[in-house]
Amino acid sequence: MIKIKINDRDIEAKEGTTILEAARAAGERIPTLCHIKDMFPSGACRMCVVEVKGRPALIPSCAYPVEPGLEIKTNSQRVITARRMIVQLLLASHPFDCLTCTKNGFCELQSLASEYGIDRVPFKGATRHHYTDFSSPSICREPDKCILCGRCVRICEEVQGVSAIDFTRRGFNTMVLPAFEMDLSETACVNCGQCVLACPTGALHEVRVIEKVMQVLQEGKKHVVVQAAPAIRVSLGDFFDLPAGSNVTGKVASALRRMGFKKVFDTDFSADLTIMEEGTELVHRIQEKGKLPLFTSCCPAWIKFAEINFPELLPNISTCKSPQEMLGATIKTYYAQKEGIDPKDVYVVSVMPCTAKKYEALRPELSSNGMVDVDAVVTTRQFARLIQLYGIDFKTLPEESFDAPFSTSTGSGDIFAASGGVMESALRSAYHLITGKDLAKLEFEDARGFQGVKEATVNIDGLELKIAIVNRLANARAIAELVRDGKSPYHFIEVMACPGGCAGGGGQIFGYEPERIQKRIQALYQIDKTRDVRLSYKNKPVMDLYKDFFEKPGSHKAHELLHTGYNPRTTKE
Amino acid sequence: MSGIFIGMGTCGLATGAGKVKTAVEKWAQAHSMKLPITPTGCIGYCQVEPIMDVVTDGGVRVSYSNVTPEVADFILDETLVCKNYKLDGILGQFRGPKSPLPGVPFLDEHPYFKKQVKYVLRNCGVINPESLSDYKAAGGFQGLEKALGMGQQKTADEVLKSGLRGRGGAGFPTGKKWAMALANPSDKKYLICNADEGDPGAFMDRSILEGDVFSVLEGMMIAGFAIGADEGIVYCRAEYPLAIERLIMGIDMLRKEGILGKKVGKSGFQFDIRIKKGAGAFVCGEETALMASVEGRRGMPRPRPPFPAKSGLFGKPTIINNVETLANVSHIMREGAEKFASIGTATSKGTKVFALTGKVKNTGLVEVPMGMTLREVIFDIGGGIPNGKAYKAVQIGGPSGGCIPTEHLDIQIDYETLKTVGAIMGSGGLVVMDEDTCMVDVAHFFLDFITKESCGKCIPCREGTKRLYEIVESIVSPYSKMASEEENLLRFNKIMNMEELAQVIKDTSLCALGQTAPNPVLSTLRFFKKEYEAHIYDRKCPAHQCKGLLKYEIDTNVCTGCTACARKCPTQAIVGERKKAHYIVDEKCVRCGTCADVCRFGAVKVS
Repeated sequence: MIKIKINDRDIEAKEGTTILEAARAAGERIPTLCHIKDMFPSGACRMCVVEVKGRPALIPSCAYPVEPGLEIKTNSQRVITARRMIVQLLLASHPFDCLTCTKNGFCELQSLASEYGIDRVPFKGATRHHYTDFSSPSICREPDKCILCGRCVRICEEVQGVSAIDFTRRGFNTMVLPAFEMDLSETACVNCGQCVLACPTGALHEVRVIEKVMQVLQEGKKHVVVQAAPAIRVSLGDFFDLPAGSNVTGKVASALRRMGFKKVFDTDFSADLTIMEEGTELVHRIQEKGKLPLFTSCCPAWIKFAEINFPELLPNISTCKSPQEMLGATIKTYYAQKEGIDPKDVYVVSVMPCTAKKYEALRPELSSNGMVDVDAVVTTRQFARLIQLYGIDFKTLPEESFDAPFSTSTGSGDIFAASGGVMESALRSAYHLITGKDLAKLEFEDARGFQGVKEATVNIDGLELKIAIVNRLANARAIAELVRDGKSPYHFIEVMACPGGCAGGGGQIFGYEPERIQKRIQALYQIDKTRDVRLSYKNKPVMDLYKDFFEKPGSHKAHELLHTGYNPRTTKE
Repeated sequence: MSGIFIGMGTCGLATGAGKVKTAVEKWAQAHSMKLPITPTGCIGYCQVEPIMDVVTDGGVRVSYSNVTPEVADFILDETLVCKNYKLDGILGQFRGPKSPLPGVPFLDEHPYFKKQVKYVLRNCGVINPESLSDYKAAGGFQGLEKALGMGQQKTADEVLKSGLRGRGGAGFPTGKKWAMALANPSDKKYLICNADEGDPGAFMDRSILEGDVFSVLEGMMIAGFAIGADEGIVYCRAEYPLAIERLIMGIDMLRKEGILGKKVGKSGFQFDIRIKKGAGAFVCGEETALMASVEGRRGMPRPRPPFPAKSGLFGKPTIINNVETLANVSHIMREGAEKFASIGTATSKGTKVFALTGKVKNTGLVEVPMGMTLREVIFDIGGGIPNGKAYKAVQIGGPSGGCIPTEHLDIQIDYETLKTVGAIMGSGGLVVMDEDTCMVDVAHFFLDFITKESCGKCIPCREGTKRLYEIVESIVSPYSKMASEEENLLRFNKIMNMEELAQVIKDTSLCALGQTAPNPVLSTLRFFKKEYEAHIYDRKCPAHQCKGLLKYEIDTNVCTGCTACARKCPTQAIVGERKKAHYIVDEKCVRCGTCADVCRFGAVKVS
């Protein structure tokens, strides 16, 4: 421990920490705009400056390690003047449309302006302008609102390894744009939405579809049904100030029902369906000496990433559609048939923790008989806004359950939202498929956790199965390169684009906070643990669905409706 | 045996040294004489380029200035045929082993050179920069040999003992920097030579690279050896084609010679150098931005610590030294630390090269011992202000530096003293200004430069310097009758915030570019506040430079009605009948000054 002084208080700080971390641990608030926890400091925003005795200039606390005997002032007049000036400078080139901004109430710049009591902006002058980019089906960019903190750039480059956006131009005219000022849809952007989570202002946000959903609901011409993804139930509570990781499954169902959806389905159901298909595919590939390793296919951002960067690996990716699309396809065929509704009149909305799902729903490969499997995708954030709009008091909302026939799920479906969850569920079922027995211990501890790359060897009746689980696409790139170069020892690889899996998805409540994501993951495993049924092949309605409709996993009909294909993709160059 | 030397640096070539060379070749052919021509770099007296030296039969080298092809013919006729050396434009004879020519002045007694101490520039303009044997004959690579014999620690110690401080601007002790990198074990270390000289009006590094490239390469090898690096990179701006050509050639020759790329002698030291061309961003002179650029990323600085000596290029320990620093190292290692340390002041040792430009009689590259006063540099070496004008200020340290007025002309040039008057040593730009210079306009110019060259990363520099520029812009803009009361109030409001804004930019910016960006404003405000006040309150520019604040009027008593001005006025702002007094319509006038230029009677008055 290192002894330092902060605001005349004696503090013991951990060695190797920065002044910012030490001060925050000691209960001092230091504002930041460009700081991202656990990443190399950028030093761009200068909001975190502090005064250090003996130093002529102010010191950025985010980048400066603690040294014995440092005497630090985090709130001296000089520091406050500097911070106020920085906020004023940002506001001077910022459009003043806070009341109509999508980020109104959640904007970090807005709260800093309020905290620092900015009552006027003394510097009016030139502004930067770039048109709003609506080209992407998932992410909308408003560069005029960008404060150039660079969080999106670093996330896109360092976490996701995509680098779709970067700083362009120089000096005051600097902007964050795709290369050559292209539109986002022309770049290698995989629609993951991590940039949206990272953005402190309204410069990056998802494409809104709640108006469209409300219109369809109000008109009443269509049979509007909804499905909610596993990750929603452990993250929605954040918006309503519940502790991180609160399980609000019942409230999700009742809120959706109050909005007027005819049926409220659980995507967990189709997660089990996915496991049946994917587990069968895996066993088939192993037994028939098919293409290995097998990559999972639940994550649309990963699929797009592979199509752009690793076209040679597309045969290695499972042909299974994602749970969202599987349920959509099943609703528009099996459910419509069963209910006697023309599938054309069925409108499927899904609530997803993801912006890439918006793009996935539009993939031409993911439609049957000329109908898209899913009609509209609402993110967790937009769902929360809808709850507000409909005047639903979330706190007093009763807990209800999902609607049959797609209501029952197993623990295997729940953990889909955590990185490693798909792998764990698939292994539980694969064991059964190979041996015909149930696993004695269902938990695969090696598959769990927030870290970017996990690997393990699983023994199924003498069959040594080497598995890898990666989240964050930069890690996926490294693993995919191994596979491409023929150096991969693995049989089965799960890939999720977002940190921690869907729990940290780009459509979740704002803010990139690893602790919050970990709490959500813990909550998911807790749900799994308390379930009576934890194995996909023991989900009775799923088995009934096979009996009534799909015959068996991997059948011709299943292939027609539940599987898909991939195509190499180029970006504009 | 006689011969010819021609200064063929960029400055020489720009003034026609190439043509002089052709003329000399023709002359030799016509006279059937074998006359070897040796191209050299710039000797520093750029004002009088092209410079040609004639070596007499007796082996004495005499230097002549302002040589055109015709003058060259004349000089060759006179010197080599008539043995007449005292000609117009003579600079003087070099001192050498041969007996001097009687009655011919010595070059080092020429007023421009008399007070200079040529330490690092000793070879520039003297030897052929493209000849390795010439460099070796001048003592080249003895420094490296000594260093290899002394070992790493002792080499770093020797440089530390010499008191050499970084010549790039900040003045960090070079030996100390090396010791930090040496003490940091790693499988790979880098040595970078920073040749991204971007200050407006500065060309010290270019001249050294053009005129004595081997001293820089040798310095890099010594530095690389001292810190334990095996790879050197020269980061040179692409706008220096001749310097890059010399670097390529020099590296090539050293590789062929087995000095680069192979183990040198018995020492086991192996080093290679490559060139990375900078694309013209000023900020890439900042070391962390420079490294980002070498790595292939956008040239933006990052916070320090970690310092490059610990984690630099590609995360490996890296030392970045400036061209002049490294050139000094070669000489220090050869001649020993004591000789270098005997020059200069207590804290600033050795010499400093300055690019003397602006309103001064002799422009060029000067090398002076630390501790010389600014007055000596500007008036004794520079010859003072031309056209009988008065001295006003000197801008030292480039866009990050400050303006020093008459009352501080007698301060010493060293790292510490310059700081006391709000300036910095910088890399060596020295721009002299006379009474016709408007100091607000100077601040305006440098801020314009900074706002364009800011990398855009940190808020105070990106947003702050732009606002500061806009404030100064509003100060030099005309009073507009169209502007509302509110706008005028806003102008005043902004001006009231100017100093605080400048202070915050200085206090909080990420890199040196931003931290020093307000210096031109702060230093002119400090010494020339009255000029600002005249601009702000009276809306007048005392030096008659800020176009927006000028008013052109015709003195009706003097005007003859010749209509010359009315015909030339680009905006038809001048009205009047022939042979009667003319008038200027102020609203139409764009302050181009054409009327004043064409009036033969001095009737156009500027106020």
